[in-house]
Amino acid sequence: MSLLEEIRQAVIDGDAKATVKKVEEGLAAELDPNIILNDALISGMQEVGRLFEEGEYFVPEMLIAARAMTAALKILRPLLAAQGVQALGKIAIGTVQGDLHDIGKSLVIMMLEGAGFEVVDLGIDVPVERFIEAARSGAQIVAMSALLTTTMTNMKTVIDAMQTENVRDQVQVLIGGAPITQGYADEIGADGYAPDATSAVRVARQLLGKAG
Amino acid sequence: MKTFNTLAIAHADDLIFGRCPHPVRLKNGLEIGNGVVYPEINFTLPPMAITRETMPQVRQEYTQIINAVCTRALELHAPGLIVEFEMLPDMTLVPEWGIEIVQILREALDQYAAKGLKGGLRVTPNDIREFARPPLLREGKYWDNMLLSFAGSAAQGADMLAIESTGGKEIHDNAILNADVPTIAFALGVLASRDMEFLWDHIVRISEEHGIIASGDSACGFANTAMVLAEGHNIPRVLAALIRAMSVPRSLIAYERGAVGPSKDCAYEGPFIKAITGYPIALEGAEAACAHLSPIGNIAKATADLWSNESVQNVRLLGGMAPVVSVEQLLYSTRLMNAATNQGDTAAHSLRDCFVLSDGSLDPQAYILRPDVVIEISQVIVAAPTPYLRTRAAGLKALEILRRAQGSGEIKLARTEAKWLDRLSAQLDAVPEDEAELIAEVIPTLEMHKVRLDQYLLPVAIG
Repeated sequence: MSLLEEIRQAVIDGDAKATVKKVEEGLAAELDPNIILNDALISGMQEVGRLFEEGEYFVPEMLIAARAMTAALKILRPLLAAQGVQALGKIAIGTVQGDLHDIGKSLVIMMLEGAGFEVVDLGIDVPVERFIEAARSGAQIVAMSALLTTTMTNMKTVIDAMQTENVRDQVQVLIGGAPITQGYADEIGADGYAPDATSAVRVARQLLGKAG
Repeated sequence: MKTFNTLAIAHADDLIFGRCPHPVRLKNGLEIGNGVVYPEINFTLPPMAITRETMPQVRQEYTQIINAVCTRALELHAPGLIVEFEMLPDMTLVPEWGIEIVQILREALDQYAAKGLKGGLRVTPNDIREFARPPLLREGKYWDNMLLSFAGSAAQGADMLAIESTGGKEIHDNAILNADVPTIAFALGVLASRDMEFLWDHIVRISEEHGIIASGDSACGFANTAMVLAEGHNIPRVLAALIRAMSVPRSLIAYERGAVGPSKDCAYEGPFIKAITGYPIALEGAEAACAHLSPIGNIAKATADLWSNESVQNVRLLGGMAPVVSVEQLLYSTRLMNAATNQGDTAAHSLRDCFVLSDGSLDPQAYILRPDVVIEISQVIVAAPTPYLRTRAAGLKALEILRRAQGSGEIKLARTEAKWLDRLSAQLDAVPEDEAELIAEVIPTLEMHKVRLDQYLLPVAIG
C-alpha cells in the first residue's frame, strides 16, 4: 500500500492519529500537499460517502472520518495556501429566520466540508440581512434550510432581498428541508434543490460547474 | 411531588389500548382511558408566513379546518374527538395570535357539542426558549411569552395543556450525530431532567389555576429526532431505540410534578409512562405518516388511549382536505380498536397482539415497545432513585433486552446494526453510576457556546 493509500485508509477508518502521522510522513517524503489533499484525504472522504450511501456507514462514522481529515488539514492548510490552492468553493449556509432546526444543516455542512468545500455556518434563525452579507462576503453559494411550512416562505424573502440588494447575480442559491420540493425551488427562483445531505454535495458541485 | 416507585400496571396483559388505572375526565364528561380509544386530530397551516398581515388568513384556515374536521367526525359517528392545537413558533412568540386560535377552536368545538360531538381541546404552546442561543430557560422574554401562551390558552378554553420541551436538546443534538452515549446520558438524565422539574411546576400551577388538565410532555426533540435520523439511515436504529428508553425518565418528571395525562401523541415513551403512572396516553403511528415516517406504525396502537395523526398540513388531497382525510383515518382505526374492546378481553388482546406482532420483530425501536418489554424496562426505572440513575438504568436494560432478543432470534439486526449494539453497550457500561462523576467528565467536552449551565443549576466553571 502506498503512503497515499495509507492516508486514505486512515481517513476511512476515522483514525485521526494515524492520518496525521501519515500526512507528516508524506510531507517529509516531499509529497505534494495538494496531491495529499485530493488523492488521499478527499478521496478517503469520498469513499466514506460511498460507504454511507450503501448503508455500511452511519453519520457517527462519517463524523469520525471528517475529524481525521480536519486534523490533517490543520497541517496542510498553510502549505496549500502557500501554493495558492483554493477550496472547491465557498458556501454560506443557514436555517432561515423563525426556524430553529439544526441537525439537517449540520449534516449538509459535514458532507460539503468532506467534499472539499469551505463552509461558513450562519447558524439557525438567520435573518435575511445575514444571508445578504454572506453573498457580499464572497460566498459562491448561499444555502438555506427550513423545516416548517410557515418558515419556508422566508427563503423567497431572502431571494427577493438579494434582488433588491443587487447581489442575486453574485451567488447561486441552494435550498433544502423537509417541506421543500424542486417545484418550490423553481417557484421562488432558487438555483438548486437538494433533498438530502448527500445530494447537496452533488448539486453544489453542479452549481459551481465542478465535475462530480 | 409524586413519586413512582412501583408500577401502576405490573403485568403486560394489563397494558392495552383504551384502558388505564387512572382515566382522565374532561369538564364535559369525556373520559380518556376508560374503555374507549378516541381519535386525536392535529393539523397545521399550508405553506404561508404568519405575520400581523396574514393573521386574518391564518384565522380563516383554522376556522375552515376545525369545521370540516368536526363535520366529518359527526358524519362518521365519532364517540368523541380530541383536537390538539400545537402552536407554531410565531404563535407563541406573539401569544395573542395563538390564544386567538384557541378561542376559534373552542367556539367551534362548543358549537359541535350542541350537535352531538363530544370534544376536547389540547393546546401545546411551542417551546420558544431556544430562540435565545444558548437557550435561556428560566427567564427573559421567551420564557415570559411561553407562560403567557399557557395561561391565555387555559383562560380561553383549553381542556389540556402540553408541551414538547427542549431543555437539554442543545447538547443532545450533536450527541446523537456522534453516537456519544455519555453526553446523551448527560443531556437527558441531567440537563433535560432538571429543566423538566422547573418547567412542569409552572405548567401544573397554571393548569390548576384554571381548573384544567396538565397533560404531558414529549421527548420529541430527543428521541423522535433520533427516530427520524434512523429512518433516514443516518444513525443506527439501535441507537434510536436506546435513546427512546433513556428518554422515559425525563418525560416521567412531568407526572411527578403533577401532570396526569394523556401524554403527548408523539411521546413514544408513553407506554412506559402508562405502565409506571397508570395515566392515559396518546400515541401515533401509521396514520401519522403524513407528518413523519416510523417503524412503529402498528405497535404504537397496542397501548394507546388516544390515537393521533401527529400533524397534517391543510392541503387538498383527492379525498378532501388533508385534515378531513386524517380524521377519517383515525376514526376508522379507533373504531376497530373499540369494536375489539366491545367484543371482550379475548378479542381486544388478540387485536393488541396483532399490532405487536406485526411490527415487533422488524425494528429494535418497535421491539422495545412490546408490552412485556415496556414492563421490564419500566421496572428498572422505578427501582432507581434519581432521574439520572433512571436514565442510565433504562439504557442498560434496553441494550440488555435487545442483545437477548438478537441472540434468541426474536429480532434480526443487520450486521451494521449489530456492530453498533456492541459499541453502544461498551459506551454505556462505562458511564459512571455517580452523577457528579458523569457531570465532571462530560462538561469539559461540551461546546460551551451552546449551553448555559446555570439554567440547569450546574456550576458554570468546573475543573
